[in-house]
Amino acid sequence: MRKRSITWSLLLSAAVVFAFSAACWAQVTQYDEEQRMNMESHIGKLTGHATAGEPLYRRFCIGCHGPIGDGEGENAQWIDPKPRNFTLGIFKCRSTPTGTLPTDEDLYDTIGRGLVNSNMPRWFPLSDQDRADLIAYVKHFSPRFAKEKPGSVLQIPPEPPVTEERVKAGQEVFRHTECWKCHGVTGRANGPSADTLTDDFNRPIKPFNFHDGTRFKCGETDRDLYRIFMTGLDSTPMPSFADNLKPEEAWDLVMYLRSLQPMNTPEKAIAKKLGLKPINPNAAAQPQTK
Amino acid sequence: MKTVYKPAAILAVLVVVALGLLSTGRHVSAASEGKVTGSIKLEGTAPHMRAIDMSKDPTCSKQHSTPVHLENVVVGSGGSLANVVVYISQGLPASAAAAVPSKPIEWDQKGCMYQPHVAGMDVGQQLKVINSDPTTHNIHPMPQPGGGNIGWNKSQPQGSPPFTTSWKAEEVAIPVKCNIHPWMHGYMVVVKGPYGVSDESGSFSLDNVPPGSYTLTAWHETYGTQTQKVTVTAGKPATVNFTFKAK
Repeated sequence: MRKRSITWSLLLSAAVVFAFSAACWAQVTQYDEEQRMNMESHIGKLTGHATAGEPLYRRFCIGCHGPIGDGEGENAQWIDPKPRNFTLGIFKCRSTPTGTLPTDEDLYDTIGRGLVNSNMPRWFPLSDQDRADLIAYVKHFSPRFAKEKPGSVLQIPPEPPVTEERVKAGQEVFRHTECWKCHGVTGRANGPSADTLTDDFNRPIKPFNFHDGTRFKCGETDRDLYRIFMTGLDSTPMPSFADNLKPEEAWDLVMYLRSLQPMNTPEKAIAKKLGLKPINPNAAAQPQTK
Repeated sequence: MKTVYKPAAILAVLVVVALGLLSTGRHVSAASEGKVTGSIKLEGTAPHMRAIDMSKDPTCSKQHSTPVHLENVVVGSGGSLANVVVYISQGLPASAAAAVPSKPIEWDQKGCMYQPHVAGMDVGQQLKVINSDPTTHNIHPMPQPGGGNIGWNKSQPQGSPPFTTSWKAEEVAIPVKCNIHPWMHGYMVVVKGPYGVSDESGSFSLDNVPPGSYTLTAWHETYGTQTQKVTVTAGKPATVNFTFKAK
Protein backbone atom coordinates (compact mmCIF):
# COMPACT_ATOMS: atom_id res chain seq x y z
CA MET A 1 0.00 0.00 0.00
CA ARG A 2 2.73 2.41 0.92
CA LYS A 3 4.73 1.53 -2.19
CA ARG A 4 1.77 2.34 -4.40
CA SER A 5 1.29 5.79 -2.89
CA ILE A 6 4.98 6.61 -3.53
CA THR A 7 4.64 5.59 -7.17
CA TRP A 8 1.55 7.76 -7.51
CA SER A 9 3.14 10.76 -5.93
CA LEU A 10 6.22 10.36 -8.15
CA LEU A 11 4.06 10.16 -11.25
CA LEU A 12 2.04 13.16 -10.16
CA SER A 13 5.10 15.30 -9.50
CA ALA A 14 6.59 14.27 -12.87
CA ALA A 15 3.36 15.31 -14.57
CA VAL A 16 3.38 18.66 -12.75
CA VAL A 17 7.00 19.35 -13.72
CA PHE A 18 6.30 18.40 -17.34
CA ALA A 19 3.21 20.56 -17.58
CA PHE A 20 5.02 23.50 -16.02
CA SER A 21 8.00 23.29 -18.35
CA ALA A 22 5.72 22.87 -21.36
CA ALA A 23 3.82 25.97 -20.35
CA CYS A 24 7.06 27.92 -19.94
CA TRP A 25 8.34 26.71 -23.30
CA ALA A 26 5.13 27.65 -25.05
CA GLN A 27 5.25 31.08 -23.48
CA VAL A 28 8.84 31.64 -24.59
CA THR A 29 8.37 30.49 -28.19
CA GLN A 30 5.04 32.18 -28.75
CA TYR A 31 5.79 35.41 -26.94
CA ASP A 32 6.75 37.44 -30.00
CA GLU A 33 3.97 36.16 -32.19
CA GLU A 34 1.37 36.39 -29.42
CA GLN A 35 2.30 39.99 -28.86
CA ARG A 36 1.78 40.74 -32.49
CA MET A 37 -1.45 38.74 -32.71
CA ASN A 38 -2.93 41.66 -30.76
CA MET A 39 -2.39 43.74 -33.88
CA GLU A 40 -5.34 45.83 -34.95
CA SER A 41 -6.13 47.83 -38.04
CA HIS A 42 -8.24 50.98 -38.12
CA ILE A 43 -9.91 52.00 -41.34
CA GLY A 44 -12.51 54.70 -40.82
CA LYS A 45 -15.02 53.19 -38.40
CA LEU A 46 -13.79 49.64 -39.01
CA THR A 47 -11.47 47.88 -36.57
CA GLY A 48 -9.73 44.76 -37.82
CA HIS A 49 -8.25 42.04 -35.58
CA ALA A 50 -5.34 39.80 -36.50
CA THR A 51 -6.99 36.82 -34.79
CA ALA A 52 -10.02 37.21 -37.06
CA GLY A 53 -7.80 37.75 -40.08
CA GLU A 54 -5.81 34.54 -39.60
CA PRO A 55 -8.44 32.06 -40.93
CA LEU A 56 -9.15 34.38 -43.86
CA TYR A 57 -5.44 34.59 -44.65
CA ARG A 58 -5.15 30.81 -44.53
CA ARG A 59 -8.12 30.53 -46.88
CA PHE A 60 -7.30 33.22 -49.45
CA CYS A 61 -3.69 34.47 -49.22
CA ILE A 62 -1.50 31.60 -48.05
CA GLY A 63 -1.10 30.05 -51.52
CA CYS A 64 1.03 32.92 -52.77
CA HIS A 65 2.14 34.86 -49.68
CA GLY A 66 2.99 31.67 -47.72
CA PRO A 67 2.26 30.46 -44.18
CA ILE A 68 4.80 32.82 -42.60
CA GLY A 69 4.02 35.75 -44.89
CA ASP A 70 7.41 35.79 -46.59
CA GLY A 71 5.96 35.68 -50.10
CA GLU A 72 7.16 32.11 -50.60
CA GLY A 73 3.82 30.33 -50.88
CA GLU A 74 3.61 27.23 -53.04
CA ASN A 75 2.40 29.24 -56.05
CA ALA A 76 5.13 31.85 -55.73
CA GLN A 77 7.60 30.03 -57.98
CA TRP A 78 5.22 30.39 -60.95
CA ILE A 79 4.48 34.06 -60.39
CA ASP A 80 6.13 37.20 -61.71
CA PRO A 81 6.12 39.82 -60.24
CA LYS A 82 6.65 37.85 -57.02
CA PRO A 83 4.16 37.97 -54.13
CA ARG A 84 4.97 40.54 -51.46
CA ASN A 85 7.11 39.50 -48.49
CA PHE A 86 5.12 40.90 -45.56
CA THR A 87 7.87 40.25 -43.00
CA LEU A 88 9.89 43.21 -44.38
CA GLY A 89 7.11 45.75 -43.96
CA ILE A 90 7.98 47.42 -47.30
CA PHE A 91 5.03 48.28 -49.58
CA LYS A 92 4.64 49.81 -53.02
CA CYS A 93 1.31 51.59 -52.64
CA ARG A 94 1.58 54.20 -49.90
CA SER A 95 0.23 57.65 -49.22
CA THR A 96 3.27 58.12 -46.92
CA PRO A 97 6.87 59.20 -47.76
CA THR A 98 9.43 56.75 -49.15
CA GLY A 99 11.01 54.63 -46.40
CA THR A 100 7.99 54.85 -44.07
CA LEU A 101 5.18 52.43 -43.30
CA PRO A 102 1.91 52.72 -45.22
CA THR A 103 -1.32 53.61 -43.42
CA ASP A 104 -3.97 50.95 -42.75
CA GLU A 105 -6.11 52.63 -45.41
CA ASP A 106 -3.33 52.20 -47.99
CA LEU A 107 -3.17 48.45 -47.36
CA TYR A 108 -6.96 48.20 -47.25
CA ASP A 109 -7.22 49.91 -50.64
CA THR A 110 -4.63 47.55 -52.11
CA ILE A 111 -6.75 44.50 -51.15
CA GLY A 112 -9.83 46.00 -52.79
CA ARG A 113 -7.99 47.29 -55.83
CA GLY A 114 -5.59 44.47 -56.59
CA LEU A 115 -2.29 45.19 -58.32
CA VAL A 116 -2.45 45.65 -62.06
CA ASN A 117 0.03 43.63 -64.17
CA SER A 118 0.48 41.13 -61.33
CA ASN A 119 -1.35 38.08 -59.98
CA MET A 120 -2.89 40.02 -57.11
CA PRO A 121 -6.63 40.24 -57.90
CA ARG A 122 -9.26 42.66 -56.61
CA TRP A 123 -10.75 40.91 -53.59
CA PHE A 124 -14.39 41.74 -54.27
CA PRO A 125 -15.79 38.68 -52.42
CA LEU A 126 -14.32 39.84 -49.11
CA SER A 127 -16.47 42.06 -46.93
CA ASP A 128 -15.13 45.36 -45.59
CA GLN A 129 -14.71 43.75 -42.17
CA ASP A 130 -12.84 40.77 -43.70
CA ARG A 131 -10.43 43.15 -45.42
CA ALA A 132 -9.83 45.08 -42.21
CA ASP A 133 -9.15 41.83 -40.31
CA LEU A 134 -6.76 40.69 -43.05
CA ILE A 135 -4.84 43.97 -42.83
CA ALA A 136 -4.34 43.43 -39.09
CA TYR A 137 -3.04 39.91 -39.76
CA VAL A 138 -0.77 41.05 -42.62
CA LYS A 139 0.69 43.72 -40.31
CA HIS A 140 1.44 41.13 -37.61
CA PHE A 141 4.05 39.49 -39.88
CA SER A 142 6.47 42.43 -39.69
CA PRO A 143 8.03 43.71 -36.46
CA ARG A 144 8.08 47.17 -38.07
CA PHE A 145 4.37 47.65 -37.45
CA ALA A 146 4.86 47.01 -33.74
CA LYS A 147 7.75 49.49 -33.47
CA GLU A 148 7.02 52.29 -35.96
CA LYS A 149 4.15 54.53 -36.92
CA PRO A 150 3.13 55.16 -40.54
CA GLY A 151 4.64 58.24 -42.17
CA SER A 152 2.68 61.47 -42.51
CA VAL A 153 0.10 61.24 -45.28
CA LEU A 154 0.86 63.17 -48.48
CA GLN A 155 -1.41 66.19 -48.76
CA ILE A 156 -2.87 66.49 -52.26
CA PRO A 157 -4.42 69.88 -53.10
CA PRO A 158 -7.59 69.90 -55.22
CA GLU A 159 -7.02 69.25 -58.89
CA PRO A 160 -6.89 72.44 -60.98
CA PRO A 161 -8.81 72.64 -64.27
CA VAL A 162 -7.13 71.13 -67.33
CA THR A 163 -5.65 73.82 -69.57
CA GLU A 164 -3.36 73.89 -72.59
CA GLU A 165 -0.67 75.59 -70.51
CA ARG A 166 -0.79 72.85 -67.88
CA VAL A 167 -0.49 70.01 -70.39
CA LYS A 168 2.47 71.78 -72.00
CA ALA A 169 4.06 72.50 -68.62
CA GLY A 170 3.52 68.85 -67.70
CA GLN A 171 5.56 67.78 -70.69
CA GLU A 172 8.36 70.05 -69.49
CA VAL A 173 8.25 68.36 -66.06
CA PHE A 174 8.29 64.97 -67.80
CA ARG A 175 11.41 66.06 -69.70
CA HIS A 176 13.19 67.78 -66.85
CA THR A 177 12.67 65.09 -64.20
CA GLU A 178 13.57 62.51 -66.85
CA CYS A 179 10.58 60.20 -66.46
CA TRP A 180 11.38 59.21 -70.04
CA LYS A 181 14.70 57.58 -69.04
CA CYS A 182 12.64 54.54 -68.04
CA HIS A 183 9.08 55.17 -69.23
CA GLY A 184 10.17 56.30 -72.73
CA VAL A 185 9.51 59.57 -74.56
CA THR A 186 5.98 58.42 -75.50
CA GLY A 187 5.36 56.52 -72.25
CA ARG A 188 5.73 53.11 -73.86
CA ALA A 189 8.15 51.82 -71.20
CA ASN A 190 11.04 51.82 -73.69
CA GLY A 191 13.39 54.48 -72.30
CA PRO A 192 17.18 53.98 -72.43
CA SER A 193 17.30 52.55 -68.87
CA ALA A 194 14.10 50.46 -69.13
CA ASP A 195 15.67 47.09 -69.83
CA THR A 196 18.32 47.36 -67.11
CA LEU A 197 15.93 47.83 -64.18
CA THR A 198 15.91 45.50 -61.18
CA ASP A 199 13.95 45.68 -57.93
CA ASP A 200 15.45 45.63 -54.42
CA PHE A 201 15.65 41.84 -54.53
CA ASN A 202 17.65 41.93 -57.78
CA ARG A 203 14.80 40.67 -59.92
CA PRO A 204 14.18 42.25 -63.34
CA ILE A 205 11.27 44.68 -63.32
CA LYS A 206 9.47 46.61 -66.07
CA PRO A 207 8.50 50.27 -65.92
CA PHE A 208 4.81 51.12 -66.39
CA ASN A 209 3.63 51.39 -69.98
CA PHE A 210 1.14 54.27 -70.19
CA HIS A 211 -0.42 52.79 -73.34
CA ASP A 212 -1.31 49.55 -71.52
CA GLY A 213 -4.61 50.51 -69.99
CA THR A 214 -6.46 52.75 -67.62
CA ARG A 215 -5.28 51.27 -64.32
CA PHE A 216 -2.03 52.19 -62.63
CA LYS A 217 -0.21 50.09 -60.02
CA CYS A 218 -1.85 51.96 -57.15
CA GLY A 219 -5.20 53.12 -58.50
CA GLU A 220 -6.74 54.74 -61.55
CA THR A 221 -7.73 58.29 -60.60
CA ASP A 222 -5.76 61.49 -61.14
CA ARG A 223 -5.11 61.65 -57.39
CA ASP A 224 -3.76 58.09 -57.44
CA LEU A 225 -1.38 59.01 -60.26
CA TYR A 226 -0.25 62.12 -58.34
CA ARG A 227 0.37 60.01 -55.23
CA ILE A 228 2.30 57.29 -57.09
CA PHE A 229 5.09 59.50 -58.36
CA MET A 230 5.19 61.75 -55.30
CA THR A 231 5.65 58.91 -52.77
CA GLY A 232 7.40 56.46 -55.10
CA LEU A 233 6.91 52.70 -55.14
CA ASP A 234 9.24 51.35 -52.42
CA SER A 235 11.34 48.26 -53.29
CA THR A 236 11.12 49.17 -56.99
CA PRO A 237 13.24 51.57 -59.10
CA MET A 238 10.41 54.15 -59.02
CA PRO A 239 11.67 56.94 -56.74
CA SER A 240 9.79 59.58 -54.79
CA PHE A 241 9.57 63.03 -56.42
CA ALA A 242 8.02 64.72 -53.39
CA ASP A 243 11.21 66.65 -52.53
CA ASN A 244 11.54 68.26 -55.93
CA LEU A 245 8.08 68.80 -57.41
CA LYS A 246 5.72 71.53 -56.25
CA PRO A 247 2.03 70.59 -56.13
CA GLU A 248 1.29 72.64 -59.28
CA GLU A 249 4.11 70.92 -61.16
CA ALA A 250 2.85 67.54 -59.98
CA TRP A 251 -0.64 68.31 -61.30
CA ASP A 252 0.89 69.48 -64.61
CA LEU A 253 2.68 66.14 -64.88
CA VAL A 254 -0.53 64.22 -64.12
CA MET A 255 -2.21 66.03 -67.01
CA TYR A 256 0.60 65.31 -69.44
CA LEU A 257 0.67 61.61 -68.44
CA ARG A 258 -3.08 61.44 -69.11
CA SER A 259 -2.42 62.53 -72.69
CA LEU A 260 -0.24 59.42 -73.18
CA GLN A 261 -2.98 56.95 -72.24
CA PRO A 262 -5.01 54.84 -74.68
CA MET A 263 -8.44 56.21 -73.82
CA ASN A 264 -9.82 59.54 -74.99
CA THR A 265 -9.07 62.07 -72.30
CA PRO A 266 -9.50 65.86 -72.37
CA GLU A 267 -5.72 66.03 -71.98
CA LYS A 268 -5.25 63.91 -75.08
CA ALA A 269 -7.56 66.17 -77.08
CA ILE A 270 -5.55 69.19 -75.94
CA ALA A 271 -2.25 67.52 -76.84
CA LYS A 272 -3.64 66.75 -80.29
CA LYS A 273 -4.91 70.30 -80.74
CA LEU A 274 -1.54 71.71 -79.69
CA GLY A 275 0.24 69.26 -81.97
CA LEU A 276 2.40 68.25 -78.98
CA LYS A 277 5.31 66.11 -80.19
CA PRO A 278 7.15 63.61 -77.98
CA ILE A 279 10.07 65.23 -76.20
CA ASN A 280 13.51 65.16 -77.75
CA PRO A 281 15.81 63.38 -75.29
CA ASN A 282 18.89 64.99 -76.84
CA ALA A 283 17.60 68.39 -75.78
CA ALA A 284 17.42 67.15 -72.20
CA ALA A 285 20.94 68.32 -71.38
CA GLN A 286 19.96 71.97 -71.72
CA PRO A 287 19.70 73.76 -68.40
CA GLN A 288 16.18 74.41 -67.23
CA THR A 289 14.91 77.96 -67.60
CA LYS A 290 13.62 79.13 -64.27
CA MET B 1 7.77 47.50 3.08
CA LYS B 2 6.98 50.46 0.81
CA THR B 3 9.06 52.80 2.95
CA VAL B 4 12.14 50.69 2.20
CA TYR B 5 11.63 50.91 -1.56
CA LYS B 6 11.42 54.68 -1.75
CA PRO B 7 14.87 55.60 -0.35
CA ALA B 8 16.36 52.71 -2.32
CA ALA B 9 14.88 54.06 -5.54
CA ILE B 10 16.16 57.58 -4.82
CA LEU B 11 19.60 56.19 -4.06
CA ALA B 12 19.61 54.21 -7.30
CA VAL B 13 18.66 57.28 -9.33
CA LEU B 14 21.40 59.29 -7.63
CA VAL B 15 23.99 56.62 -8.37
CA VAL B 16 22.96 56.54 -12.05
CA VAL B 17 23.16 60.33 -12.32
CA ALA B 18 26.55 60.39 -10.58
CA LEU B 19 27.90 57.69 -12.89
CA GLY B 20 26.58 59.60 -15.89
CA LEU B 21 28.29 62.80 -14.78
CA LEU B 22 31.49 60.93 -14.05
CA SER B 23 31.61 59.35 -17.50
CA THR B 24 30.90 62.59 -19.39
CA GLY B 25 33.47 64.34 -17.24
CA ARG B 26 36.02 61.73 -18.13
CA HIS B 27 35.27 62.15 -21.80
CA VAL B 28 35.85 65.89 -21.69
CA SER B 29 39.08 65.57 -19.73
CA ALA B 30 40.46 63.00 -22.18
CA ALA B 31 41.63 65.73 -24.57
CA SER B 32 44.90 63.95 -25.14
CA GLU B 33 43.25 61.34 -27.27
CA GLY B 34 45.12 58.89 -29.44
CA LYS B 35 45.14 58.13 -33.10
CA VAL B 36 45.38 55.06 -35.30
CA THR B 37 47.03 55.32 -38.70
CA GLY B 38 48.16 52.75 -41.23
CA SER B 39 47.94 51.59 -44.78
CA ILE B 40 46.12 48.93 -46.76
CA LYS B 41 47.80 46.75 -49.36
CA LEU B 42 46.52 44.29 -51.91
CA GLU B 43 48.69 41.20 -52.38
CA GLY B 44 48.57 39.72 -55.87
CA THR B 45 47.16 41.06 -59.11
CA ALA B 46 44.10 43.24 -58.93
CA PRO B 47 41.25 42.05 -61.17
CA HIS B 48 40.61 43.95 -64.39
CA MET B 49 38.10 46.74 -63.94
CA ARG B 50 35.81 46.93 -66.95
CA ALA B 51 35.35 50.32 -68.65
CA ILE B 52 31.83 51.69 -68.20
CA ASP B 53 29.72 52.29 -71.29
CA MET B 54 27.83 55.49 -70.56
CA SER B 55 26.62 55.97 -74.14
CA LYS B 56 22.98 55.43 -73.14
CA ASP B 57 23.09 58.81 -71.41
CA PRO B 58 25.11 61.38 -73.39
CA THR B 59 24.95 63.82 -70.45
CA CYS B 60 27.10 61.30 -68.57
CA SER B 61 29.50 60.23 -71.32
CA LYS B 62 30.12 63.85 -72.39
CA GLN B 63 31.66 64.57 -69.00
CA HIS B 64 34.48 62.09 -69.49
CA SER B 65 37.19 62.36 -72.14
CA THR B 66 38.64 58.95 -71.22
CA PRO B 67 36.55 55.92 -70.24
CA VAL B 68 35.68 55.53 -66.56
CA HIS B 69 36.19 52.14 -64.98
CA LEU B 70 34.26 50.16 -62.39
CA GLU B 71 35.43 50.74 -58.82
CA ASN B 72 34.98 47.34 -57.16
CA VAL B 73 38.75 47.20 -56.62
CA VAL B 74 40.73 50.46 -56.79
CA VAL B 75 44.49 50.07 -56.39
CA GLY B 76 47.18 52.74 -56.42
CA SER B 77 50.89 52.36 -57.07
CA GLY B 78 52.64 49.53 -55.22
CA GLY B 79 49.40 47.64 -54.60
CA SER B 80 47.86 50.15 -52.21
CA LEU B 81 44.14 49.48 -51.83
CA ALA B 82 41.59 52.30 -51.69
CA ASN B 83 38.02 52.35 -50.39
CA VAL B 84 38.70 50.21 -47.31
CA VAL B 85 36.81 51.35 -44.23
CA VAL B 86 38.62 50.83 -40.91
CA TYR B 87 36.63 51.11 -37.70
CA ILE B 88 36.68 50.00 -34.06
CA SER B 89 34.51 46.93 -33.75
CA GLN B 90 35.22 46.09 -30.09
CA GLY B 91 36.36 47.79 -26.92
CA LEU B 92 35.17 51.34 -27.53
CA PRO B 93 33.85 53.05 -24.36
CA ALA B 94 30.20 54.04 -24.65
CA SER B 95 30.93 57.76 -24.48
CA ALA B 96 33.31 57.61 -27.47
CA ALA B 97 30.87 55.42 -29.41
CA ALA B 98 28.06 57.90 -28.82
CA ALA B 99 30.06 60.93 -30.01
CA VAL B 100 28.92 61.97 -33.50
CA PRO B 101 31.06 64.22 -35.72
CA SER B 102 29.30 67.52 -36.44
CA LYS B 103 30.66 67.75 -40.00
CA PRO B 104 28.30 66.19 -42.55
CA ILE B 105 29.46 63.49 -44.95
CA GLU B 106 29.06 64.55 -48.56
CA TRP B 107 27.77 62.04 -51.08
CA ASP B 108 28.06 63.58 -54.52
CA GLN B 109 26.69 62.33 -57.83
CA LYS B 110 29.22 63.68 -60.31
CA GLY B 111 30.04 62.48 -63.82
CA CYS B 112 27.39 59.82 -63.24
CA MET B 113 29.59 58.23 -60.57
CA TYR B 114 29.37 58.33 -56.81
CA GLN B 115 31.98 60.50 -55.12
CA PRO B 116 33.09 58.93 -52.93
CA HIS B 117 32.42 55.39 -54.08
CA VAL B 118 32.62 54.21 -50.46
CA ALA B 119 31.78 56.54 -47.59
CA GLY B 120 32.27 55.88 -43.89
CA MET B 121 29.90 57.59 -41.50
CA ASP B 122 28.80 57.59 -37.91
CA VAL B 123 25.34 56.51 -36.77
CA GLY B 124 23.30 59.72 -36.76
CA GLN B 125 25.94 61.72 -38.66
CA GLN B 126 24.46 64.11 -41.20
CA LEU B 127 24.67 62.78 -44.74
CA LYS B 128 24.42 65.41 -47.47
CA VAL B 129 23.31 64.04 -50.85
CA ILE B 130 24.32 66.24 -53.79
CA ASN B 131 23.58 66.03 -57.50
CA SER B 132 26.25 67.91 -59.48
CA ASP B 133 25.20 66.37 -62.80
CA PRO B 134 23.08 67.93 -65.56
CA THR B 135 20.84 64.88 -65.38
CA THR B 136 18.34 63.25 -63.03
CA HIS B 137 19.58 60.64 -60.57
CA ASN B 138 17.57 58.53 -58.23
CA ILE B 139 19.38 57.73 -55.03
CA HIS B 140 18.37 54.35 -53.70
CA PRO B 141 20.14 52.95 -50.61
CA MET B 142 19.16 49.38 -49.77
CA PRO B 143 19.90 48.45 -46.13
CA GLN B 144 19.44 44.85 -45.03
CA PRO B 145 15.73 44.43 -44.23
CA GLY B 146 15.01 43.66 -40.60
CA GLY B 147 18.01 45.69 -39.41
CA GLY B 148 17.74 49.08 -37.81
CA ASN B 149 17.88 51.01 -41.08
CA ILE B 150 15.05 51.48 -43.55
CA GLY B 151 15.68 51.90 -47.27
CA TRP B 152 14.24 54.68 -49.40
CA ASN B 153 14.36 55.86 -53.00
CA LYS B 154 14.39 59.53 -53.95
CA SER B 155 14.64 61.31 -57.26
CA GLN B 156 17.10 64.19 -57.53
CA PRO B 157 16.62 66.00 -60.87
CA GLN B 158 19.30 68.30 -62.30
CA GLY B 159 19.65 71.54 -60.40
CA SER B 160 17.73 70.35 -57.34
CA PRO B 161 19.19 71.33 -53.97
CA PRO B 162 21.12 68.83 -51.83
CA PHE B 163 19.20 67.12 -49.05
CA THR B 164 20.44 65.79 -45.74
CA THR B 165 19.53 62.58 -43.98
CA SER B 166 21.21 60.10 -41.61
CA TRP B 167 21.21 56.43 -40.63
CA LYS B 168 19.81 55.10 -37.37
CA ALA B 169 21.88 51.95 -36.85
CA GLU B 170 25.30 50.46 -37.52
CA GLU B 171 25.48 48.64 -40.84
CA VAL B 172 28.49 47.43 -42.82
CA ALA B 173 27.65 48.12 -45.54
CA ILE B 174 24.57 49.67 -47.17
CA PRO B 175 24.64 49.28 -50.97
CA VAL B 176 23.47 52.36 -52.89
CA LYS B 177 22.39 52.40 -56.50
CA CYS B 178 20.90 54.64 -59.16
CA ASN B 179 18.33 52.73 -61.19
CA ILE B 180 18.49 55.21 -64.08
CA HIS B 181 22.26 54.66 -64.49
CA PRO B 182 22.74 50.98 -63.70
CA TRP B 183 26.53 51.22 -63.45
CA MET B 184 26.29 53.63 -60.52
CA HIS B 185 26.74 51.82 -57.26
CA GLY B 186 28.49 52.53 -54.01
CA TYR B 187 28.46 51.75 -50.31
CA MET B 188 27.68 53.63 -47.13
CA VAL B 189 29.47 52.12 -44.14
CA VAL B 190 27.67 53.12 -40.95
CA VAL B 191 29.62 52.58 -37.72
CA LYS B 192 29.80 53.88 -34.17
CA GLY B 193 32.88 55.82 -33.15
CA PRO B 194 36.01 56.81 -35.08
CA TYR B 195 36.53 55.43 -38.59
CA GLY B 196 38.83 55.98 -41.53
CA VAL B 197 38.57 55.28 -45.26
CA SER B 198 41.71 54.42 -47.20
CA ASP B 199 42.62 56.70 -50.11
CA GLU B 200 44.42 55.88 -53.38
CA SER B 201 47.73 55.59 -51.49
CA GLY B 202 46.10 53.05 -49.17
CA SER B 203 46.51 55.17 -46.06
CA PHE B 204 43.84 55.78 -43.46
CA SER B 205 43.61 57.49 -40.12
CA LEU B 206 41.24 57.20 -37.15
CA ASP B 207 41.22 60.36 -35.06
CA ASN B 208 40.01 61.03 -31.51
CA VAL B 209 40.50 57.47 -30.29
CA PRO B 210 40.58 57.37 -26.47
CA PRO B 211 43.56 55.41 -25.07
CA GLY B 212 42.76 51.72 -24.68
CA SER B 213 42.85 48.31 -26.30
CA TYR B 214 40.61 47.69 -29.29
CA THR B 215 39.75 45.35 -32.11
CA LEU B 216 39.98 47.08 -35.46
CA THR B 217 37.99 45.85 -38.44
CA ALA B 218 38.85 46.66 -42.04
CA TRP B 219 36.08 46.20 -44.62
CA HIS B 220 36.38 46.06 -48.38
CA GLU B 221 33.45 45.54 -50.74
CA THR B 222 35.17 42.79 -52.73
CA TYR B 223 37.58 41.24 -50.21
CA GLY B 224 35.43 41.20 -47.08
CA THR B 225 36.64 41.95 -43.56
CA GLN B 226 39.83 41.55 -41.53
CA THR B 227 40.43 42.26 -37.86
CA GLN B 228 43.46 43.19 -35.78
CA LYS B 229 44.08 44.12 -32.16
CA VAL B 230 45.55 47.49 -31.35
CA THR B 231 46.54 49.37 -28.20
CA VAL B 232 46.26 53.12 -28.33
CA THR B 233 48.17 55.44 -25.99
CA ALA B 234 47.65 59.16 -25.71
CA GLY B 235 49.81 61.43 -27.86
CA LYS B 236 51.45 58.71 -29.93
CA PRO B 237 49.69 57.36 -33.04
CA ALA B 238 49.39 53.59 -33.19
CA THR B 239 50.14 52.01 -36.56
CA VAL B 240 48.17 49.12 -38.01
CA ASN B 241 48.54 47.78 -41.54
CA PHE B 242 46.16 45.44 -43.30
CA THR B 243 46.91 43.23 -46.31
CA PHE B 244 44.11 41.78 -48.42
CA LYS B 245 44.77 38.90 -50.80
CA ALA B 246 43.53 39.15 -54.39
CA LYS B 247 41.31 36.18 -55.15
